[in-house]
Amino acid sequence: MSERARLELLLDLADDELILGWRNSEWTGIAPFLEEDVAFSSIAQNEIGHARALYELAARELGSGDADTIAFDRRPEEYRSAPLVQLRLVPDWAKTIARHVLYETADAIRIERLKAHEDPELAGIAAKIEREEVYHRLHAEMWLERLRDEPRYADAVEELWPYALGVLDPELRPALAERVGRPEVEALERTAPGEEFAALWDEMTMVRRSAPVGAQW
Amino acid sequence: MTDAAVWDALAEIPDPEIPVISLVDLGVVKAVEVEGDRVRIEFTPTFMGCPALEVMRERMEEAVTALGGEPRIDVLLDDSWSTDKITPEGREKLREAGFAPPAPRGAAPPALLQLQQAVHRCPYCGSTETRLDNIFGPTPCRSVRYCTSCRQPFEQFKTI
Repeated sequence: MSERARLELLLDLADDELILGWRNSEWTGIAPFLEEDVAFSSIAQNEIGHARALYELAARELGSGDADTIAFDRRPEEYRSAPLVQLRLVPDWAKTIARHVLYETADAIRIERLKAHEDPELAGIAAKIEREEVYHRLHAEMWLERLRDEPRYADAVEELWPYALGVLDPELRPALAERVGRPEVEALERTAPGEEFAALWDEMTMVRRSAPVGAQW
Repeated sequence: MTDAAVWDALAEIPDPEIPVISLVDLGVVKAVEVEGDRVRIEFTPTFMGCPALEVMRERMEEAVTALGGEPRIDVLLDDSWSTDKITPEGREKLREAGFAPPAPRGAAPPALLQLQQAVHRCPYCGSTETRLDNIFGPTPCRSVRYCTSCRQPFEQFKTI
Protein backbone atom coordinates (compact mmCIF):
# COMPACT_ATOMS: atom_id res chain seq x y z
CA MET A 1 0.00 0.00 0.00
CA SER A 2 1.43 3.40 -0.96
CA GLU A 3 2.01 6.03 1.73
CA ARG A 4 -0.53 8.26 0.03
CA ALA A 5 -3.22 5.57 0.01
CA ARG A 6 -2.55 4.76 3.66
CA LEU A 7 -2.84 8.39 4.64
CA GLU A 8 -6.09 8.80 2.72
CA LEU A 9 -7.53 5.69 4.32
CA LEU A 10 -6.66 7.02 7.80
CA LEU A 11 -8.11 10.45 7.06
CA ASP A 12 -11.36 9.15 5.50
CA LEU A 13 -12.04 7.14 8.62
CA ALA A 14 -10.81 9.75 11.10
CA ASP A 15 -12.73 12.61 9.48
CA ASP A 16 -15.93 10.55 9.47
CA GLU A 17 -15.53 9.76 13.16
CA LEU A 18 -14.64 13.33 14.14
CA ILE A 19 -17.53 14.92 12.25
CA LEU A 20 -20.09 12.31 13.29
CA GLY A 21 -18.85 12.70 16.88
CA TRP A 22 -19.44 16.41 16.56
CA ARG A 23 -22.94 15.92 15.13
CA ASN A 24 -23.84 13.35 17.81
CA SER A 25 -22.72 15.74 20.53
CA GLU A 26 -25.32 18.23 19.29
CA TRP A 27 -27.89 16.07 21.10
CA THR A 28 -26.20 16.60 24.47
CA GLY A 29 -28.82 18.16 26.74
CA ILE A 30 -31.69 18.11 24.23
CA ALA A 31 -32.27 14.42 23.38
CA PRO A 32 -35.84 13.11 23.80
CA PHE A 33 -34.91 11.67 27.19
CA LEU A 34 -32.02 11.62 29.61
CA GLU A 35 -30.75 8.14 28.67
CA GLU A 36 -30.28 9.33 25.10
CA ASP A 37 -28.45 12.49 26.19
CA VAL A 38 -26.02 10.16 27.91
CA ALA A 39 -25.86 7.65 25.04
CA PHE A 40 -25.24 10.13 22.23
CA SER A 41 -22.73 12.06 24.32
CA SER A 42 -20.86 8.84 25.11
CA ILE A 43 -20.92 7.71 21.49
CA ALA A 44 -19.63 11.14 20.46
CA GLN A 45 -16.80 10.84 22.97
CA ASN A 46 -15.85 7.41 21.60
CA GLU A 47 -15.94 8.54 17.97
CA ILE A 48 -13.78 11.58 18.67
CA GLY A 49 -11.39 9.32 20.61
CA HIS A 50 -11.10 7.07 17.55
CA ALA A 51 -10.48 10.12 15.36
CA ARG A 52 -7.72 11.28 17.70
CA ALA A 53 -5.88 7.94 17.58
CA LEU A 54 -6.20 7.77 13.78
CA TYR A 55 -4.96 11.36 13.41
CA GLU A 56 -1.97 10.50 15.58
CA LEU A 57 -1.05 7.72 13.16
CA ALA A 58 -1.62 10.10 10.25
CA ALA A 59 0.62 12.74 11.89
CA ARG A 60 3.36 10.13 12.24
CA GLU A 61 2.92 9.32 8.55
CA LEU A 62 3.17 13.00 7.62
CA GLY A 63 6.17 13.45 9.89
CA SER A 64 4.81 16.67 11.37
CA GLY A 65 2.08 17.99 13.64
CA ASP A 66 -0.19 16.03 15.95
CA ALA A 67 -3.82 14.95 16.21
CA ASP A 68 -4.99 18.50 16.95
CA THR A 69 -3.22 20.11 14.01
CA ILE A 70 -4.83 17.63 11.61
CA ALA A 71 -8.24 17.85 13.28
CA PHE A 72 -8.45 21.62 13.51
CA ASP A 73 -5.86 23.39 11.36
CA ARG A 74 -7.04 22.29 7.92
CA ARG A 75 -9.18 24.42 5.63
CA PRO A 76 -12.80 23.22 5.29
CA GLU A 77 -12.19 21.97 1.74
CA GLU A 78 -9.39 19.67 2.94
CA TYR A 79 -11.66 17.46 5.06
CA ARG A 80 -12.53 14.08 3.56
CA SER A 81 -15.62 13.17 5.60
CA ALA A 82 -18.56 11.49 3.89
CA PRO A 83 -21.67 13.63 3.23
CA LEU A 84 -23.68 11.35 5.58
CA VAL A 85 -21.84 12.50 8.70
CA GLN A 86 -21.89 16.16 7.73
CA LEU A 87 -25.69 16.51 7.82
CA ARG A 88 -27.04 18.52 10.72
CA LEU A 89 -30.04 16.46 11.82
CA VAL A 90 -31.00 18.03 15.15
CA PRO A 91 -33.91 18.08 16.09
CA ASP A 92 -35.08 15.23 13.81
CA TRP A 93 -34.88 12.06 15.90
CA ALA A 94 -36.06 9.66 13.15
CA LYS A 95 -33.32 10.84 10.78
CA THR A 96 -30.76 10.78 13.58
CA ILE A 97 -31.54 7.14 14.32
CA ALA A 98 -31.61 6.29 10.60
CA ARG A 99 -28.13 7.78 10.21
CA HIS A 100 -26.94 6.01 13.36
CA VAL A 101 -28.15 2.61 12.10
CA LEU A 102 -26.81 3.14 8.56
CA TYR A 103 -23.47 4.55 9.66
CA GLU A 104 -22.79 1.84 12.23
CA THR A 105 -23.69 -0.87 9.71
CA ALA A 106 -21.36 0.63 7.10
CA ASP A 107 -18.62 1.28 9.65
CA ALA A 108 -18.73 -2.36 10.81
CA ILE A 109 -18.04 -3.50 7.24
CA ARG A 110 -15.00 -1.27 6.80
CA ILE A 111 -13.63 -1.99 10.29
CA GLU A 112 -13.91 -5.74 9.63
CA ARG A 113 -11.90 -5.30 6.48
CA LEU A 114 -9.31 -3.11 8.17
CA LYS A 115 -8.88 -5.68 10.96
CA ALA A 116 -7.61 -8.10 8.31
CA HIS A 117 -5.20 -5.54 6.81
CA GLU A 118 -1.64 -6.68 6.10
CA ASP A 119 -0.32 -3.58 7.88
CA PRO A 120 -0.27 -4.61 11.57
CA GLU A 121 -0.62 -1.04 12.80
CA LEU A 122 -3.86 -0.51 10.84
CA ALA A 123 -5.18 -3.94 11.81
CA GLY A 124 -4.37 -3.27 15.48
CA ILE A 125 -6.09 0.10 15.68
CA ALA A 126 -9.12 -1.29 13.83
CA ALA A 127 -9.42 -4.12 16.36
CA LYS A 128 -9.23 -1.63 19.22
CA ILE A 129 -11.88 0.63 17.65
CA GLU A 130 -14.12 -2.40 17.06
CA ARG A 131 -14.23 -3.20 20.79
CA GLU A 132 -16.08 0.08 21.38
CA GLU A 133 -18.12 0.10 18.17
CA VAL A 134 -19.88 -3.09 19.28
CA TYR A 135 -21.79 -1.01 21.83
CA HIS A 136 -22.75 1.62 19.26
CA ARG A 137 -24.24 -1.13 17.11
CA LEU A 138 -26.16 -2.61 20.06
CA HIS A 139 -27.59 0.83 20.78
CA ALA A 140 -28.52 1.31 17.10
CA GLU A 141 -30.08 -2.17 17.01
CA MET A 142 -32.22 -1.36 20.04
CA TRP A 143 -33.57 1.75 18.31
CA LEU A 144 -34.06 -0.05 15.03
CA GLU A 145 -36.29 -2.56 16.81
CA ARG A 146 -38.38 0.28 18.23
CA LEU A 147 -38.69 2.37 15.07
CA ARG A 148 -38.54 -0.02 12.13
CA ASP A 149 -42.31 0.08 11.47
CA GLU A 150 -42.64 3.85 11.80
CA PRO A 151 -43.26 5.60 8.46
CA ARG A 152 -41.08 8.56 9.47
CA TYR A 153 -38.19 6.20 10.09
CA ALA A 154 -38.67 4.42 6.75
CA ASP A 155 -38.73 7.81 4.95
CA ALA A 156 -35.53 8.83 6.71
CA VAL A 157 -33.74 5.63 5.65
CA GLU A 158 -34.95 6.14 2.08
CA GLU A 159 -33.58 9.68 2.05
CA LEU A 160 -30.22 8.82 3.64
CA TRP A 161 -29.53 5.62 1.72
CA PRO A 162 -27.42 7.23 -1.09
CA TYR A 163 -25.44 9.01 1.63
CA ALA A 164 -24.84 5.78 3.52
CA LEU A 165 -23.40 4.08 0.43
CA GLY A 166 -20.97 6.98 0.07
CA VAL A 167 -19.33 6.11 3.41
CA LEU A 168 -17.77 3.00 1.84
CA ASP A 169 -15.39 2.36 -1.02
CA PRO A 170 -17.31 1.10 -4.07
CA GLU A 171 -16.20 -2.53 -3.61
CA LEU A 172 -17.72 -2.65 -0.11
CA ARG A 173 -21.10 -1.20 -1.10
CA PRO A 174 -22.75 -4.49 -2.16
CA ALA A 175 -22.10 -5.81 1.37
CA LEU A 176 -23.90 -2.81 2.86
CA ALA A 177 -26.83 -3.19 0.45
CA GLU A 178 -27.12 -6.81 1.51
CA ARG A 179 -27.02 -6.10 5.24
CA VAL A 180 -29.50 -3.24 5.02
CA GLY A 181 -31.71 -5.12 2.54
CA ARG A 182 -31.91 -2.34 -0.05
CA PRO A 183 -30.84 -2.17 -3.69
CA GLU A 184 -27.64 -0.31 -4.50
CA VAL A 185 -28.29 3.15 -5.93
CA GLU A 186 -25.97 5.94 -6.99
CA ALA A 187 -23.95 6.95 -3.93
CA LEU A 188 -23.22 10.44 -2.65
CA GLU A 189 -19.44 10.49 -2.89
CA ARG A 190 -16.86 12.26 -0.74
CA THR A 191 -16.55 15.56 -2.56
CA ALA A 192 -15.71 19.06 -1.43
CA PRO A 193 -17.77 19.81 1.68
CA GLY A 194 -20.78 22.09 1.31
CA GLU A 195 -22.22 25.02 3.22
CA GLU A 196 -23.56 22.92 6.08
CA PHE A 197 -20.02 21.73 6.71
CA ALA A 198 -18.62 25.26 6.58
CA ALA A 199 -20.82 26.26 9.53
CA LEU A 200 -19.73 23.19 11.49
CA TRP A 201 -16.05 23.86 10.70
CA ASP A 202 -16.42 27.45 11.83
CA GLU A 203 -17.83 26.37 15.18
CA MET A 204 -15.50 23.37 15.62
CA THR A 205 -12.27 25.28 15.01
CA MET A 206 -13.25 28.54 16.70
CA VAL A 207 -11.35 27.98 19.96
CA ARG A 208 -8.28 26.74 18.14
CA ARG A 209 -8.25 29.70 15.75
CA SER A 210 -8.73 32.25 18.52
CA ALA A 211 -5.94 30.88 20.75
CA PRO A 212 -2.36 32.02 20.23
CA VAL A 213 -0.11 29.42 18.60
CA GLY A 214 1.45 27.16 21.23
CA ALA A 215 -1.15 27.98 23.91
CA GLN A 216 -1.27 25.36 26.65
CA TRP A 217 -4.53 24.29 28.27
CA MET B 1 16.70 1.01 39.67
CA THR B 2 14.90 -2.27 39.16
CA ASP B 3 11.82 -3.29 37.17
CA ALA B 4 10.18 -4.24 40.47
CA ALA B 5 10.71 -0.75 41.93
CA VAL B 6 9.01 0.78 38.89
CA TRP B 7 6.09 -1.67 39.05
CA ASP B 8 5.68 -0.89 42.77
CA ALA B 9 5.62 2.84 42.05
CA LEU B 10 3.05 2.37 39.25
CA ALA B 11 0.89 0.28 41.58
CA GLU B 12 0.58 3.37 43.81
CA ILE B 13 -0.97 5.51 41.05
CA PRO B 14 -4.76 5.61 41.30
CA ASP B 15 -6.97 5.55 38.23
CA PRO B 16 -7.97 9.22 37.78
CA GLU B 17 -11.67 8.42 37.33
CA ILE B 18 -12.06 5.39 39.58
CA PRO B 19 -9.41 6.07 42.25
CA VAL B 20 -10.12 2.87 44.19
CA ILE B 21 -8.02 0.93 41.69
CA SER B 22 -4.45 1.53 40.54
CA LEU B 23 -3.08 1.61 37.02
CA VAL B 24 -1.55 -1.81 37.62
CA ASP B 25 -4.93 -3.17 38.83
CA LEU B 26 -6.46 -1.74 35.67
CA GLY B 27 -3.95 -3.68 33.57
CA VAL B 28 -2.89 -0.76 31.38
CA VAL B 29 0.84 -1.21 31.99
CA LYS B 30 1.87 -3.83 29.48
CA ALA B 31 5.62 -3.80 30.06
CA VAL B 32 8.38 -2.05 31.97
CA GLU B 33 11.99 -2.02 30.75
CA VAL B 34 14.79 -0.50 32.81
CA GLU B 35 18.19 0.23 31.32
CA GLY B 36 20.36 2.21 33.70
CA ASP B 37 18.37 5.40 34.39
CA ARG B 38 16.17 5.00 31.36
CA VAL B 39 12.72 3.56 31.97
CA ARG B 40 10.45 2.61 29.11
CA ILE B 41 6.81 1.86 29.86
CA GLU B 42 4.40 0.32 27.39
CA PHE B 43 1.00 1.77 28.10
CA THR B 44 -2.23 0.45 26.56
CA PRO B 45 -5.14 2.91 26.63
CA THR B 46 -8.52 1.65 27.83
CA PHE B 47 -11.27 3.52 25.95
CA MET B 48 -9.77 5.67 23.23
CA GLY B 49 -11.73 8.81 24.07
CA CYS B 50 -11.07 8.55 27.80
CA PRO B 51 -9.86 11.93 29.11
CA ALA B 52 -8.06 10.15 31.95
CA LEU B 53 -5.42 8.78 29.55
CA GLU B 54 -3.34 11.98 29.51
CA VAL B 55 -3.48 12.18 33.29
CA MET B 56 -2.35 8.54 33.61
CA ARG B 57 0.58 9.24 31.34
CA GLU B 58 1.69 12.28 33.31
CA ARG B 59 1.40 10.45 36.64
CA MET B 60 3.56 7.60 35.32
CA GLU B 61 6.19 10.07 34.13
CA GLU B 62 6.16 11.77 37.54
CA ALA B 63 6.51 8.43 39.34
CA VAL B 64 9.54 7.42 37.28
CA THR B 65 11.12 10.85 37.69
CA ALA B 66 10.61 10.61 41.49
CA LEU B 67 12.59 7.35 41.43
CA GLY B 68 15.42 9.19 39.67
CA GLY B 69 14.69 7.68 36.27
CA GLU B 70 14.20 9.12 32.81
CA PRO B 71 10.73 8.06 31.63
CA ARG B 72 9.59 7.19 28.16
CA ILE B 73 5.94 6.21 27.80
CA ASP B 74 5.07 4.34 24.60
CA VAL B 75 1.34 4.39 23.93
CA LEU B 76 0.24 1.22 22.13
CA LEU B 77 -2.66 1.86 19.78
CA ASP B 78 -3.47 -1.80 19.28
CA ASP B 79 -6.10 -3.96 20.92
CA SER B 80 -3.88 -5.56 23.55
CA TRP B 81 -5.98 -4.13 26.40
CA SER B 82 -9.36 -5.58 27.20
CA THR B 83 -11.37 -5.59 30.40
CA ASP B 84 -10.01 -9.11 30.98
CA LYS B 85 -6.69 -7.40 31.85
CA ILE B 86 -8.17 -5.97 35.06
CA THR B 87 -6.57 -8.00 37.87
CA PRO B 88 -8.64 -10.10 40.32
CA GLU B 89 -7.67 -7.61 43.07
CA GLY B 90 -8.83 -4.77 40.83
CA ARG B 91 -12.18 -6.46 40.22
CA GLU B 92 -12.72 -6.92 43.95
CA LYS B 93 -11.86 -3.26 44.65
CA LEU B 94 -14.34 -2.18 41.97
CA ARG B 95 -17.09 -4.26 43.53
CA GLU B 96 -16.39 -2.87 47.00
CA ALA B 97 -16.65 0.66 45.63
CA GLY B 98 -20.07 -0.05 44.09
CA PHE B 99 -19.05 -0.74 40.49
CA ALA B 100 -20.04 -4.12 39.12
CA PRO B 101 -16.85 -5.49 37.49
CA PRO B 102 -16.95 -6.38 33.79
CA ALA B 103 -18.15 -9.82 32.74
CA PRO B 104 -15.36 -11.92 31.21
CA ARG B 105 -15.07 -11.61 27.44
CA GLY B 106 -16.78 -14.37 25.52
CA ALA B 107 -15.67 -15.87 22.23
CA ALA B 108 -18.18 -13.66 20.40
CA PRO B 109 -18.80 -9.95 21.00
CA PRO B 110 -21.66 -9.15 23.40
CA ALA B 111 -25.15 -9.19 21.91
CA LEU B 112 -28.11 -7.02 22.89
CA LEU B 113 -30.10 -9.91 24.27
CA GLN B 114 -27.15 -11.01 26.35
CA LEU B 115 -26.70 -7.51 27.80
CA GLN B 116 -30.38 -7.39 28.68
CA GLN B 117 -30.76 -10.91 30.00
CA ALA B 118 -27.41 -12.15 31.31
CA VAL B 119 -27.02 -12.44 35.06
CA HIS B 120 -25.30 -9.40 36.51
CA ARG B 121 -24.91 -9.20 40.25
CA CYS B 122 -25.75 -6.04 42.19
CA PRO B 123 -22.54 -4.79 43.89
CA TYR B 124 -24.57 -3.53 46.87
CA CYS B 125 -26.82 -6.44 47.87
CA GLY B 126 -25.49 -9.30 45.74
CA SER B 127 -28.87 -9.99 44.11
CA THR B 128 -28.95 -11.14 40.50
CA GLU B 129 -32.37 -9.51 40.00
CA THR B 130 -30.97 -6.64 37.97
CA ARG B 131 -31.83 -5.12 34.62
CA LEU B 132 -30.09 -2.99 32.01
CA ASP B 133 -31.19 0.66 32.20
CA ASN B 134 -28.80 2.16 29.67
CA ILE B 135 -25.95 0.73 27.61
CA PHE B 136 -24.16 4.05 28.18
CA GLY B 137 -23.36 5.64 31.50
CA PRO B 138 -21.48 8.52 33.12
CA THR B 139 -18.25 7.60 31.30
CA PRO B 140 -17.68 5.53 28.15
CA CYS B 141 -16.50 2.53 30.19
CA ARG B 142 -19.74 2.07 32.14
CA SER B 143 -23.34 0.98 31.64
CA VAL B 144 -26.16 1.72 34.04
CA ARG B 145 -28.14 -1.14 35.59
CA TYR B 146 -30.91 -1.24 38.19
CA CYS B 147 -31.28 -3.72 41.02
CA THR B 148 -34.93 -4.62 41.56
CA SER B 149 -34.11 -6.25 44.95
CA CYS B 150 -32.53 -3.30 46.75
CA ARG B 151 -33.95 -0.73 44.30
CA GLN B 152 -30.59 0.81 43.66
CA PRO B 153 -29.20 1.89 40.29
CA PHE B 154 -25.57 0.88 39.87
CA GLU B 155 -22.77 1.18 37.35
CA GLN B 156 -21.49 -1.81 35.46
CA PHE B 157 -18.06 -1.79 33.84
CA LYS B 158 -18.59 -2.61 30.15
CA THR B 159 -16.87 -5.67 28.75
CA ILE B 160 -14.59 -4.69 25.87
